[in-house]
Amino acid sequence: MLFSRRSMLRATSALVGGAIALASFGAQAADTIKVGILHSLSGTMAISETTLKDVMLMLIDEQNKKGGVLGKKLEAVVVDPASNWPLFAEKARDLVAKDKVAAVFGCWTSSSRKAVLPVFEELNSILFYPVQYEGEESQRNVFYTGAAPNQQAIPAVDYLMSAEGGSVKRWVLAGTDYVYPRTTNKILEAYLKSKGVKSEDIMINYTPFGHSDWQTIVSDIKKFGSAGKKTAVVSTINGDANVPFYKELGNAGIKATDIPVVAFSVGEEELAGLDTKPLVGHLAAWNYFQSIDDPANKEFIAKWREFTKNPKRVTNDPMEAHVIGFNMWIKAIEKAGTTDTDAVIDAMVGVSVPNLTGGYSAMMPNHHITKPVLIGEIQADGQINTVWQTSGTVVAQEWSPYLEGSKDMISDWRKPLSCGNFNVKTGKCGGKS
Amino acid sequence: MTRLLGAAVSRVRVELTRKALKWGAAAVLFGLMGAAFQPVSLRADTIDDVLAKFATDRFPDTEKAIQDLASSGLATGPAMLEALAASQLYFDPISKGVFLKDSSGALIAARTGVKADGVPEARLKKVRMNNSVRGAMQTAQGALSLMSPDPAKRLSAAESVFKSRDPASLPLVQMALEAEKDARIRGVFEQARASIIASDNSQDEIKRLDALDVIKDRGDQDAASLLSTIAASSNGRVKASAEDGARAIQSRLALWAHVQNIWYGLSLGSVLLLAAIGLAITFGVMGIINMAHGEMVMLGAYTTFVVQEWIRAHNPALFNYSLLIAIPLAFVFTGFIGVVIERTIIRFLYGRPLETLLATFGLSLMLQQAVRSIFGANNREVGAPAFMSGSFDFGPIAVTSGRMWIIVFAIAVFVGLLMLLRVTPFGLRMRAVTQNRRMASAMGIDTNRVDALAFGLGSGIAGIAGVALSQIDNVSPNLGQSYIIDSFMVVVFGGVGNLWGTLVAALSLGVANKFLEPIAGAVLGKILLLVFIILFIQKRPRGLFALKGRAVEA
Repeated sequence: MLFSRRSMLRATSALVGGAIALASFGAQAADTIKVGILHSLSGTMAISETTLKDVMLMLIDEQNKKGGVLGKKLEAVVVDPASNWPLFAEKARDLVAKDKVAAVFGCWTSSSRKAVLPVFEELNSILFYPVQYEGEESQRNVFYTGAAPNQQAIPAVDYLMSAEGGSVKRWVLAGTDYVYPRTTNKILEAYLKSKGVKSEDIMINYTPFGHSDWQTIVSDIKKFGSAGKKTAVVSTINGDANVPFYKELGNAGIKATDIPVVAFSVGEEELAGLDTKPLVGHLAAWNYFQSIDDPANKEFIAKWREFTKNPKRVTNDPMEAHVIGFNMWIKAIEKAGTTDTDAVIDAMVGVSVPNLTGGYSAMMPNHHITKPVLIGEIQADGQINTVWQTSGTVVAQEWSPYLEGSKDMISDWRKPLSCGNFNVKTGKCGGKS
Repeated sequence: MTRLLGAAVSRVRVELTRKALKWGAAAVLFGLMGAAFQPVSLRADTIDDVLAKFATDRFPDTEKAIQDLASSGLATGPAMLEALAASQLYFDPISKGVFLKDSSGALIAARTGVKADGVPEARLKKVRMNNSVRGAMQTAQGALSLMSPDPAKRLSAAESVFKSRDPASLPLVQMALEAEKDARIRGVFEQARASIIASDNSQDEIKRLDALDVIKDRGDQDAASLLSTIAASSNGRVKASAEDGARAIQSRLALWAHVQNIWYGLSLGSVLLLAAIGLAITFGVMGIINMAHGEMVMLGAYTTFVVQEWIRAHNPALFNYSLLIAIPLAFVFTGFIGVVIERTIIRFLYGRPLETLLATFGLSLMLQQAVRSIFGANNREVGAPAFMSGSFDFGPIAVTSGRMWIIVFAIAVFVGLLMLLRVTPFGLRMRAVTQNRRMASAMGIDTNRVDALAFGLGSGIAGIAGVALSQIDNVSPNLGQSYIIDSFMVVVFGGVGNLWGTLVAALSLGVANKFLEPIAGAVLGKILLLVFIILFIQKRPRGLFALKGRAVEA
């Protein structure tokens, strides 16, 4: 009790201190550019989002050391939407309307993004969204720096189908029961069928959030995999449920050489809480790995460890997305010469900045960025080593060509089209066909 | 020059004798493999070809190199494979030389087996692996450790040959089979041999049919998988026999699947029991709606983490006992927190369930955030001691050791708690207070003290549940949240105030869940279960085992 009372005291004093600091910042607000950071620092999603808040603070700090932008210093405004979707919308409104931030970097889950979209549209501000997602969306006020399905899921499946990836013939699509896995699996199912995979060779399985008892499903996977055809699992299982899932895989003795599991939501952060020795060889598909051998990446890791004062801190894909998004934003402001929302949105398209994997990422007219796709294998030390990558960067297909209703859509926010869901068949902007 | 080479070779020998003890038989076999498949094998250009393939940094080349390594007769072959497995095999992208690091960290040239001095280490690159390279490596290593003196290694080597069905391993398997004394390992060797013969289309049909019978006798999932693979690639009688075999095994396994479901159900039930049993005291017996119960479980799990961290830092030898050490500590720590909560918050709220609910819910959020501030939001790694990792076979069912110990532990906690309530004076007082508070007070029982200790007991039990749950779930600040609903469900379903009810409810809900899951899926299965409980509570509001008589009214 003494312990927790002391830490409570500490927390309270920190809060008070923070409030004072904020108030004193308020006085000099006129000559700074405010940047909103909208990531959950408490609740279920804190596990993933806290890191992104820290990365933003580091980027802002660095930019200020370089002299800020347009001769003004940047100032971070951090809020905590507490993993609560309606609260995301409220906090977003506060950031834009009260704090008058120039742009917001935030959200992780699709639910939280959908919750804040109307706010950014109504108040005409900018959101940078750093996480891989299911696509089927393109908004004028949002810049998507994470991967669309064709920048992650489809190349991963292609790799597994190739001789190098093991010529997989049978597929388990396992996911947590919410919008991202459901849409991704719908796209993948259509894609696999277009490649001649029969229905009986696809098994789709959904589990609730935080599912912890994987015995039945793992034994089902084992059974499904013993039909004499090479089998792989494509996992869209959400963060927290992964640890018990991988523990069960390890205990059941399913090795990567028998049934490889390729995951879209498991990165270095998630592996940090896990003994990865039984998992060596299982795969992850991302656009960035900490293990990438590139000077820019090494420099970033060193700076990150220094900033967090933790020499073992890992980096992951959404962090890189924020780095790219932030650098693009700075470049767009410099190009536009102002932080005015409309001017910056127009200036963003076409901006190109170095990513951390040794290439350049560009903002496309669909408000998504070009990315290389990397397939990596989990190593015994918790790192992921690249085993395959696309030869260049891939342009996002936010409207999937494999889904009915979305295959005729395009988005292009340049004038004169300026539309996020233009139907090329009907020639009209707005709504699915 | 020749003398130099000779000297180098003899140094290789010296260098290798140390390893040779370990790899002894393997190295002999290695030579044999070379001799068996490629009579003129020690040709230098073959070796150079193989080594060059390691240095191209392309997976298909590396795979080919591993396959050719055996027939090249290179003396450092086994050591290279060992280094590759430990990702300690390097190549020089400029000179295309291949090097390995031994366990002492010294760099050794693969071509000669001598220490490589003056090679710029910074320039070297690791030979990378993907799953097909890893598969080839496991096959090669499996073939090499067939004669290992360690029975466990021989067994796993035989299993890996059974899975890889590499025809090149056949003579080795034959040799190993003749030398093998252990009947169980002999059996697996025979299966491995059968798998190679049966899947080789060039073999004699009679031989293949015999081999199929051996595989059929094995009768597990792997055998079924192998039989269907063979059926897909063969014709005539072999195809028919393999198909029959696969079908027979699958239908036998389908029967076993029910046994397996019951086992999984008991395992899930034991987790539910552990999570709920503390609540059975605080909610069931004392009637406090304690929303912070899950956080007590979480604190127990974090206690385990702290204990393991301490052990890792100070006394690694104790690691296998870490859970045993954590159990009493978690009990004392969370029990103490429980007593403090009861004394400072809950005792002012007796008889006001709504306020208790709100207060404890708020408390649960505070505890979560406190843990998040102290330990960070990320998952913490809690390791499994050796006796709780891996699995063993019971018939065709794979039983995971961790799950089995959790069942044992849950039953032990249940029995212990039952004894405490039945036979100790404290248990007697507690039952007296819950059945008739005023009468108990009149008989001289300090009801305040009993309340505090009972709440502490419930919290302490939740804490030791956390020690067990740290083995199967995330140790994160959210750990408790995922168990609170299930715990209430179990206690209400079992009948408030009845420990036996909690036991029966937990196990039956677990088993029901596991039988519904394959039919309805995990999501719908859980919904169906909740609907069932709602209907059940409508019919029997007091749960499965309702308390009867005057105690109910008190």
